[in-house]
Amino acid sequence: MSTQHISTTEEFVTNPLVAEHPIECEAPNDQLTRETTITSNIKYLIVGLLFGIVFVKAEIISWYRIQEMFRLHSFHMYGVIGTAVVVGMISVWLIKKFKIRTIQGEEVVFHKKDFHWGNIIGASMFGLGWAITGACPGPLFAQIGSGFLVVIVTLLSAIAGTWTYGLLRDRLPH
Amino acid sequence: MLEFIRQPWPWYVAGALIGLTVPALLLLGNKHFGISSSLRHICAACLPANIPFFKYNWRREMWNLFFVAGVLLGGLVATQLLSNPDPIQVAPATIAALESHNVVVDSNLMPSSIFSFENLFSLKGLIFFVLGGFLVGFGTRYAGGCTSGHAIMGLSTLQWPSLVATCCFMTGGFAMVHVFFPFIMKLF
Repeated sequence: MSTQHISTTEEFVTNPLVAEHPIECEAPNDQLTRETTITSNIKYLIVGLLFGIVFVKAEIISWYRIQEMFRLHSFHMYGVIGTAVVVGMISVWLIKKFKIRTIQGEEVVFHKKDFHWGNIIGASMFGLGWAITGACPGPLFAQIGSGFLVVIVTLLSAIAGTWTYGLLRDRLPH
Repeated sequence: MLEFIRQPWPWYVAGALIGLTVPALLLLGNKHFGISSSLRHICAACLPANIPFFKYNWRREMWNLFFVAGVLLGGLVATQLLSNPDPIQVAPATIAALESHNVVVDSNLMPSSIFSFENLFSLKGLIFFVLGGFLVGFGTRYAGGCTSGHAIMGLSTLQWPSLVATCCFMTGGFAMVHVFFPFIMKLF
């Protein structure tokens, strides 16, 4: 979506990997320092592990909690998402305000998202799926880890859905 | 201490920890919080099929796959070592609503009357696993993110397209539960 800030840096020339940045990725890797496959990435596995524990312990992966949310019978999920947004917002504000750098000493990069029709059509489709599966992509992985092995089928179908989007992308309104 | 951890965690603890994932990923290595991209990286790694959308250096985005592998392991650790010994507490109004649609509310996190292998090759399985999963995968990619990428990361960085997307996530969910779900449950 917006990778131009990278192309303006010298790293674009010196680091060939940056040029291959995926188009329209909501979670791009903006680090310029090269990473090794295992040792650099193990820290994300640990963050993911803690995150997965929170998912299960706060019952966010529960199909019932999603039903309660959409039936307005419980505040729980609204509280979780609302608190996460507020904490995220304050953190981002602090990072920008005090120009906090990454542990590699790089400037933290933020991307502006541009509106396209997928933000409405695709998002509504995901909403429909969220309510039947009781899971967004994160909880799908945590549900499988929790022993609901049939969710592997849901995950495979979600991968197929993403693949189909890639196939049809040029024919969809954006 | 362990007793305390084993109880279900309140929303403010969970919300704060999930919110802290945003600065953790940013400061650990300039990574943006977003989980649905992992599905795209899996496509790019396993079946790119010459589709331009999947032709990129997915190895550079490997961190995201490590992250979701961690989420899966986290599910395993929390369930095996820290699980709540008591049955899940569901709001009475939700129990009544689900029972009116013949969904048995049992003690686990997921209703076994839906999420079991017995239903895999049935219409129930087709709707709840195959169609549901497809909508999640197709919808999040078309939307450009999911609850993490749009609702949490997008709103944290004050992006209005993410607010639009988040409202549409909710609209889709309300429509499913209140409009389509009663019809779907009449099929079984």
